[in-house]
Amino acid sequence: MSGLRVVSPGLHTTVQDLGRFGAQHLGIPVSGAMDPVNLRLANLLAGNDENGGAFECLVQGPGFEVVAGSVRLALAGPGARIEAVSGGRTVEIAGYRSFTLMAGDCVTVQLGADAAVAYLAVGGGLALPHVMGSQATFSRGALGGYKGRPLRAGDEVPLVRGEAVPRAELGMPAPDFAEPARIRIMLGPQDDYFSKSAIETFLSQAYTISLQSDRMGFRLAGPKLEHAKGFNIASDGIAPGAIQVPGSGEPIILLADRQTTGGYPKIGVVISADLPALARMQMGRTLSFQAVGFDEARKAAAEFAGWFTNIKDTIRNVDDYGVIDLKALLEQNLIGGVVDAKVSLVD
Amino acid sequence: MTLENKTIRFLPCGDAAFTMEFGASVDRATNAKVIALYRRVHARAIPGVIEMIPTFRSLLVSFDPDLVNPASLQEKLLECLDEGGGEVSGGRSWTLPACYEGEFAPDLADVAKEAGLSEAEVVKLHAGRPYFVYMIGFLPGFGYMGDVAEPIRLPRRTHPRTRVPRGSVAIAGEMTAVYSLESPGGWHLLGHTPVPLFDPEADRPVLLAPGDTVTFEPVGLRDHQLIADDIANGRRILTAGEAA
Repeated sequence: MSGLRVVSPGLHTTVQDLGRFGAQHLGIPVSGAMDPVNLRLANLLAGNDENGGAFECLVQGPGFEVVAGSVRLALAGPGARIEAVSGGRTVEIAGYRSFTLMAGDCVTVQLGADAAVAYLAVGGGLALPHVMGSQATFSRGALGGYKGRPLRAGDEVPLVRGEAVPRAELGMPAPDFAEPARIRIMLGPQDDYFSKSAIETFLSQAYTISLQSDRMGFRLAGPKLEHAKGFNIASDGIAPGAIQVPGSGEPIILLADRQTTGGYPKIGVVISADLPALARMQMGRTLSFQAVGFDEARKAAAEFAGWFTNIKDTIRNVDDYGVIDLKALLEQNLIGGVVDAKVSLVD
Repeated sequence: MTLENKTIRFLPCGDAAFTMEFGASVDRATNAKVIALYRRVHARAIPGVIEMIPTFRSLLVSFDPDLVNPASLQEKLLECLDEGGGEVSGGRSWTLPACYEGEFAPDLADVAKEAGLSEAEVVKLHAGRPYFVYMIGFLPGFGYMGDVAEPIRLPRRTHPRTRVPRGSVAIAGEMTAVYSLESPGGWHLLGHTPVPLFDPEADRPVLLAPGDTVTFEPVGLRDHQLIADDIANGRRILTAGEAA
């Protein structure tokens, strides 16, 4: 059986796909990738369906050893790259391209300096159960993914394929992730629970993503928001990107592992087009909000969808870029035994 | 964009969801309408609806804005609502064994004192009566069930616990619930059930559904242990009683 053995677990590495739908009425969160854009790209580059389970790497990436056979991998994330070790030689491989490793090779995910998240996909996917239709991990409930939890050193994650499909590697130019200047939100559902000055504060001041942030949500440090009629509501449902404000007055943006229902008022919800960009932001990062209406939110969604279609079209066989074949690179007899060649993609 | 129809309010939740709010208060009649509509819309598989979360007095609807626009979806929901009665039937009914003794009932004495009753009277008021599952949320499988007998309705504890054991049977206000996972919690702990309300390994990980009915049956410490052992060894499968 082929697998990837975890050499170093990274800070918080979990198996994620696009999420678990259809069970929120039972209190089971959607979970899934914080940044679905890069999950999809990693899967496409590895030759998978966009929705396949892959490794979500947060803050500090994991290291694996290939157990048996051969494995095709692809990493997607702004600035993310791979450090591969094969037969004693080290190669750095840029993100946004697939590559094939053999049994005994090691690979470490390095996140980009400015991004909090990257996705490592395996060609053929992970041989893990689908729980309620999804391989997404909900750690709090020990549900799904690999044993319902983040990876630990020594884990061996089973793979669907024992051997990589013999074909050309795929690659694409690293996408330009233009960030919105301000995160766009739609006010509601409980914007009437906030004073006029609180809403003005929320839409004009800067907030910092605090260290108390995780897959459940980003706690924001910044000017407190004043409630107009208490801070308790009869518990209702929570949409992705909902911004909840408990009694402390400090907003929390609720994300992938958010609870399905809650009893605090929600001042606004991040628009769907801006959620992936938000998820890529690191702790300590400052942001501000802008209120938009439904039509503008949909216009942004259409622009986003168009952009995504365009960048998917840039995926092609790596040979088109005239890049040195990785295997050939490793087979070269070089001084010092260390190959420090950046495998770069040229337009 | 708020659409109002009698007491129904539609509240936007970003560009791909909205909350359909049925009323201002939490009561059985309103909640019955929510669950009835949820079931009707779910059965009908209306195009564009991705998922719904029924809660005390609201229904969160997440939809695909490329397939349906919120205004026409909201109209459809109102049509669906007008069609049916607000009756909820067909939920399953469960009897859960619960031990109200010793370490399983850390707040029983305090609750009894607050209510001016004996501990036995508190147990008699809590167990043996059917509770209706209003909604499930906060944790997977955490059903908010009501209504608790008036003499033992108390506000949440002033000092919540950082760790409430999984399986704890608890009350707060008009609601009772079982903590389906170990969790921080501010409800009063009266007892403990060995039956898992959430089991990630099970074919059906969550036991309850909105609209179900739950009755607690008191068992002693020894029976609690025997039942727990049976469950751990897969010798006991809880089956629902007749539909409510």
